[in-house]
Amino acid sequence: MSASSQATNGQNKIAKPQGFDLLIYRVKKYFGRLDPYLTILGIGLWLFTYWVLCEGLQVWRFTKLPGPVAVSKDWFSTTPFQGISIFTAEYYDHIAVSCRRILIAFGIATALGVPLGLFMGWSRSIRDYIFPLIEVLRPIPILAWVPLSILLLPGFEWPVLFLATLASFFVTTLNAMLGVDSIDEEYFRAAGCLGSSRWDVFMNVVVPGALPFIFTGLQISIGVAWFSLVAAEMVSGDLGLGYLIVDAYMNNVTVPMVIAMITLGFIGYFSSALVRMLGNKLMAWHVKELNQQGR
Amino acid sequence: MSLRDFARSKDNLNNSGLNNASSVTLRDVSKSYGEEWLSDDVLKDVSIDFPAGELTVIVGPSGCGKSTLVNLMAGFEQPDKGQVLVNGEVIHGPAKDRMVVFQETALIPWQTTFENVIFGPKMRGEKSGKALKDEAEALLVKVGLGEFIHKYPIQLSGGMQRRAELARALINEPTVMIMDEPFRGLDAMSRSLMQEFFLDLFEENKKTNIFVTSEVDEAIFLADNLVILSNKPTTVQKVLKIKLPRPRDYKMLTSAEAFEYKREALELLHDEAMKSFAVLK
Repeated sequence: MSASSQATNGQNKIAKPQGFDLLIYRVKKYFGRLDPYLTILGIGLWLFTYWVLCEGLQVWRFTKLPGPVAVSKDWFSTTPFQGISIFTAEYYDHIAVSCRRILIAFGIATALGVPLGLFMGWSRSIRDYIFPLIEVLRPIPILAWVPLSILLLPGFEWPVLFLATLASFFVTTLNAMLGVDSIDEEYFRAAGCLGSSRWDVFMNVVVPGALPFIFTGLQISIGVAWFSLVAAEMVSGDLGLGYLIVDAYMNNVTVPMVIAMITLGFIGYFSSALVRMLGNKLMAWHVKELNQQGR
Repeated sequence: MSLRDFARSKDNLNNSGLNNASSVTLRDVSKSYGEEWLSDDVLKDVSIDFPAGELTVIVGPSGCGKSTLVNLMAGFEQPDKGQVLVNGEVIHGPAKDRMVVFQETALIPWQTTFENVIFGPKMRGEKSGKALKDEAEALLVKVGLGEFIHKYPIQLSGGMQRRAELARALINEPTVMIMDEPFRGLDAMSRSLMQEFFLDLFEENKKTNIFVTSEVDEAIFLADNLVILSNKPTTVQKVLKIKLPRPRDYKMLTSAEAFEYKREALELLHDEAMKSFAVLK
């Protein structure tokens, strides 16, 4: 074993940088690779095409859309021509309302969906009770639920929350269930032979074993929550980014419409990155497994 | 220090003696899978005695139902007919006196080596705290994993994983160890090291060991008794007593005696393998 201890010591030739130095090291390493430049190039190409179509050549119907120059002029202006910019309180009101709704909807969907899915995967009889029902309700499009939710629930807020929760609940439940299905039978057998009770098996095998699927599910589900939220806000909202898009369109001001769309894109991106980060934090073993496979 | 020295230096693992070994008996065990009308018999009236404190190796052509035997003895499955007895008593489900070491590995990937090893005693609430921690650490040091205690299984090599799994089984002080092709998938070098390591452990604890393999050399090297199975539906063809002296050494495999065992075993197995080959064609 002395040989292996030397090998472990040998890996620590450079002392680990601390604090700010570590950040600099990471940034340098990141920009030493090809990926960031490809990302920048990709975004640049997309922006250029957008500009050429709307402002450069002004191709046919694209003249109806505000181009990147017009949008950014308004977006970063203290006195926006069409009413929405990073300096207006209204912009942040819409963002805050949408984010709060997502937080509630995603929270409820996760709190209900994860345990339900785990129990469905774990117990045959729970699955027999619930799975067929879920499978029948799941394919009904969110927009088809709109009239029902307005009839059933009071005010603006409740229908919107209900619609955003519903879609993400189905995704979360199904993934948690599949996560349990994906666990190798041998782990259950090993735990059984080591004398675990049924509850121990649930806590030590079922829950951690299903986590990778659960987090894949949560990443999809937060995306689904965003797009069903926006659909709901368009139909029955009073505030929020989805409402802003429809409201702008109705009033024939196209710049806030585009601003809201891009804002949605960014917030959606960050929210699923957040879920991914949380997942990696909880699943050190899984991250190591993926690294081992060179991913 | 070599692996053998590690195994031999283990002192507090077990005080040997027959009281920590149980006999296992299969009595007219039959098992089939699938729909009734297909009646795909895997085992048919299999009776085997596994004497207490001896190392019995089960060898048979691949796909002959060796893993089914393991599942029945471990208690993961029930026989359709017949009984599995431990010390003369019928078993009901898995229990900590019969530890299984699985094909490939069944270390729980989201637990570190240490967490895997303490899993059994912790779940049963038998031991806890510092006593358990010390015991697990001592055991891991003994199997040569002292520096890998807090690594995840994926970070260990194949041979290390098998040793961790041995430690996870041994901490429960089982009276029977059931090994289902435990060294399958290891490269030739690690495999022979693991065989020696395993033999040293056995020669020290003298637990009842049931070892399933498809490799004749491995079987003869390890076994006190060699059970040779036939093809499906599986029955016992022959039980050979392997009388090579203990402690065993790899060189013994080249002795005339070992060759004679090997010739006999291979003849029986070859005929069976040919039958299943013909069926496949």
